[in-house]
Amino acid sequence: MKKFRFNRSQLCIPYAIFLIFFVIAPLIVIVYYAFTNGQGQFTFNNFTGFFTNPNILGTLLYSFALAIVTTLVCLIIAYPTAYILARSNFKKKYVLLLLFILPMWINFTLRITALKEILSVLEGNISEYPFLNSVIGMTFDFLPFMILPLYTSLLKLDKNLLEAASDLGANRFTVFLRVTLPLSVPGIISGITMVLLPSMTNYVVLDMLYNSTYIMGSLIGSYFSAYDWNNGSMISLILLIIIFIVTLATNRFSDKDANNRGAVL
Amino acid sequence: MKKFKRTAAFIAAASLICAPLALAGCADKDDTVVLRVCSWEEYIDLGDWDEEERIDIENPFADNPKDGIFGKNSMVDDFTEWFNDNHDYNIRVEYSTFGTNEDLYNRLSLGDVYDLVCPSDYMIMKLLSENACVEFSDGFWDLDNEENYYANYVSRYIDGENGEGIYNTVFTTPEEIWHGKAACYMWGTTGLVYNPDKVDEEDVSTWQMLLNSKYKRQVTIKDNVRDAYFAALGIVYKDLLTPDNRADYMNKVTPDAISAAEDVLKQIKDNVYSFETDSGKADMVTGKVIANFQWSGDAVYIMDEADDDDTELWYSVPDECANLWFDGWVMLKKGVGTDAKKKEAAEAFVNFLSRPDNAVRNMYYIGYTSAIAGDSECTTVYDYMEWNYGADEEEVDKELIREYDLSYFFGDEISLSVDMSLFGFEGEWEDGQINKGRQLFAQYPPENVIDRSVVMLDFGDKLADLNQMWINVRCLDIRDISPVTIGVTAGVIVLAAAAICLYAFRYRIFNTGKPKKGYKKV
Repeated sequence: MKKFRFNRSQLCIPYAIFLIFFVIAPLIVIVYYAFTNGQGQFTFNNFTGFFTNPNILGTLLYSFALAIVTTLVCLIIAYPTAYILARSNFKKKYVLLLLFILPMWINFTLRITALKEILSVLEGNISEYPFLNSVIGMTFDFLPFMILPLYTSLLKLDKNLLEAASDLGANRFTVFLRVTLPLSVPGIISGITMVLLPSMTNYVVLDMLYNSTYIMGSLIGSYFSAYDWNNGSMISLILLIIIFIVTLATNRFSDKDANNRGAVL
Repeated sequence: MKKFKRTAAFIAAASLICAPLALAGCADKDDTVVLRVCSWEEYIDLGDWDEEERIDIENPFADNPKDGIFGKNSMVDDFTEWFNDNHDYNIRVEYSTFGTNEDLYNRLSLGDVYDLVCPSDYMIMKLLSENACVEFSDGFWDLDNEENYYANYVSRYIDGENGEGIYNTVFTTPEEIWHGKAACYMWGTTGLVYNPDKVDEEDVSTWQMLLNSKYKRQVTIKDNVRDAYFAALGIVYKDLLTPDNRADYMNKVTPDAISAAEDVLKQIKDNVYSFETDSGKADMVTGKVIANFQWSGDAVYIMDEADDDDTELWYSVPDECANLWFDGWVMLKKGVGTDAKKKEAAEAFVNFLSRPDNAVRNMYYIGYTSAIAGDSECTTVYDYMEWNYGADEEEVDKELIREYDLSYFFGDEISLSVDMSLFGFEGEWEDGQINKGRQLFAQYPPENVIDRSVVMLDFGDKLADLNQMWINVRCLDIRDISPVTIGVTAGVIVLAAAAICLYAFRYRIFNTGKPKKGYKKV
C-alpha cells in the first residue's frame, strides 16, 4: 500500500480554485457587461464610446502623465538609494533599508493623512498644487516598490565583473555605465511595472490630497455609482488591455537584457 | 484500496468543513428569526458611553425615570433583548452598513438580501418605483397600541397616521406617496458651516459663496453629483426662485439646466479647496478651510468638535433655497416577502428606534435630527432639546432670552426659551429673520428656513445625463489641452522611445559590417 501523498498538479488545486473564482469569473463578468447595454443586448457602443469621448481620452492622458512622472521621480530617488545601500560596506545598512520599508507597515490612509499635514505646513494651502501633491503622494506610497527590486538586483551583482572592468582600464563612470547599469535593468523594469501600473488607478491618493481631477480609477467609480455598469466595465477592460500591453513590452525588454547582455558579453 | 482511502479522507475533510455550517443551520431552526438590517455607517448608537455623558432628563421608558438616558449597550443589542423578552420567538439582528445610497442600490441589484434598509429620500423613490418594498401593516398605525412608538410619536410635520406631513405631500400619485411604505428615521437640511471670524455673514447667506473669489481655495463642497448639482442650480436660478416655483426650478433636469449647472460647477471646481467625501469635517475643525458645504447633522457634529477646541463655528442655510432631506426605513420584498414574523420584527425595530428615549440616544450619538417629536404627554425629545439648548435663567441675562418657535415640528404653540445670541442677534428678531445659528439652528431649523427648502427628487432616467455632466466637470477634456502641449509631449515620448530602441539595438545597427581581422562574428 502506497503512502497517501499529493502530486504536483494536485498541489495547484487551491490556486486553481482561487484563479477560477477571483480572476477568471470576474473577468468574464466584466467582458459580459462591457459588450452589452443596459437591456442585456450585445453592443459595440461602449467600445466606440471610449475612443470618441474626449473626457475619457483626456482622463487617460492625465492618468498616464501622472503615472509616468511618478515613476520617473521614484526611479530618480530610488536608484541612488538602492545603489548606495547595496554597494556600501556600511554596517548599519539594514537599518537604513528598514527605514525605507518601514512606512509600508503603517496603514496607507494614515500615511497619506500624515503627508497631508506635512504638505500643509510646507505649502500652505495644498489645494493650489493638485498635480504636484498627487505626484508626491504616489511617490511616498510607491517608493519602496521601486527600491526593493533595485536593491536586490544590485546586491546580486557579481563583484568580480566590476573588478574585471576596472582591471581592463575602465574608470568608475564607465564601469557604472557599461556594467552596473545594464545588469540592473531587470530591477529597473520590475520597479517600473510595480509603480507605473498601480499609480494609474490609485485614486484614493488624489481624493485624500484634494486633486479634484479624475483619473481612470475614479472615472470607473463614477460610472458604477450612476449604475452604468456597462461603460464602467468597458473602461476597466480597455485599461486592463493597455496595462497588459505595457507589461508585455517591458517584460520582453527585460528578458532580452537579462539573457543576451546580462553577462556583459 | 488507495481510492477508498482518498475518498475517506475527502469525506472526513468535507465533514470537518461543513460541521460548523450544519451547526449554524441547527441554531437557526429553533425559531430564531434573522432580521437583516442595512443602514448608513455611524448612524445608530453603538453604546459604551462614559458615565459623564448620561443625559440627565426624565426618561419615562426606563425602570427608574430618574436614571435619565444612557447608552450602555448598542441599540441593536438592546432591541434584540427587548424583542426577545416580549415575544414567544427569538430574533437575531444582522446589522450591516453602507457608505452611499448608490452603494446600497448596487449591492441590492447584485443580489444581497436585506429585510430593512434606511436609504435617503430619492433612493426610497427609486425603490418604490421599482415596486421593491413591502407596506407596513395596518397594526403599525394603530394609535391605541402604545408600543407603536412611530405612529404615536412621529412629528406630524413629517408623517402621520392619515398620511399628513411633508413626507407625503411632496408626492402626488398614490404609488409615489410614502405613507405606510417608508418610516422616517432622520431628517435635515443642507447648508454651509463657516467660521464667523473669517467669513462675512453676508457672503455665506448665498450659494454664491462657492464662487466667491474672496475665499478662493478656502471652501469645500461635497463630492457627490446630487449635492453639487443642487448648489449649482441655486446659483443658476438665484434670481428666478419664488416660493411657488422653487420646487420646480431646483428639480430641473432639462438639457439647459444641466449645461448651465455644468458651467457653474466648472468655475466652482477652480475656486474651491476640494470636493470632499468625508474630510470636510476634520478640515473645518483644524482650520484648513473656513467654510464647508454640509448636511445639518454633520454640521452639528463639526460644531461640537470645534467647541471642544474653543473654536466657534456657525451653520447657515443660504437664502435662495435649501435641500430638505429624509432618511427612512423601508422593508424590502426580497427580504421580508410574506414572512409575517420577519415583518413583525422589522416593524418592531422601527418602533424601538422611534421610542423617544432611543431617538434621543441616536441623536446624541450621531448629531442628526430624529423624526420623532413626542406628544403632549411624552416630551422626552423636547426635554432633550431643552436640556441641550434651553437658556439657563441663572446664567443668561433675562433680557436676552426669547421664544424660539418650533410649533411646526413639535405641535401647537410649542417653543423653546433660548438665548438669542445662539442665532447671532443682539436685539429683537422678527419672524423669518433667523437664517443662521449654532447647533440648535442646524438640528431644528425655524419655519422660515423650512419654507424655502425643497425636497430633491430622484432624477429617474435623466441620471445618465447628470453623470455625464459630472464627468465633464471632473475629467480633463482632451480638447482643452492645447495642441502645442500635446505635440511637445508626443514628441518627447517618441524621441525617448527612439533613443531607448537605438540603445537596445545598438550592436545590431552599428556592427553590421564585417568583423575585424582575426575575429569571428557570433
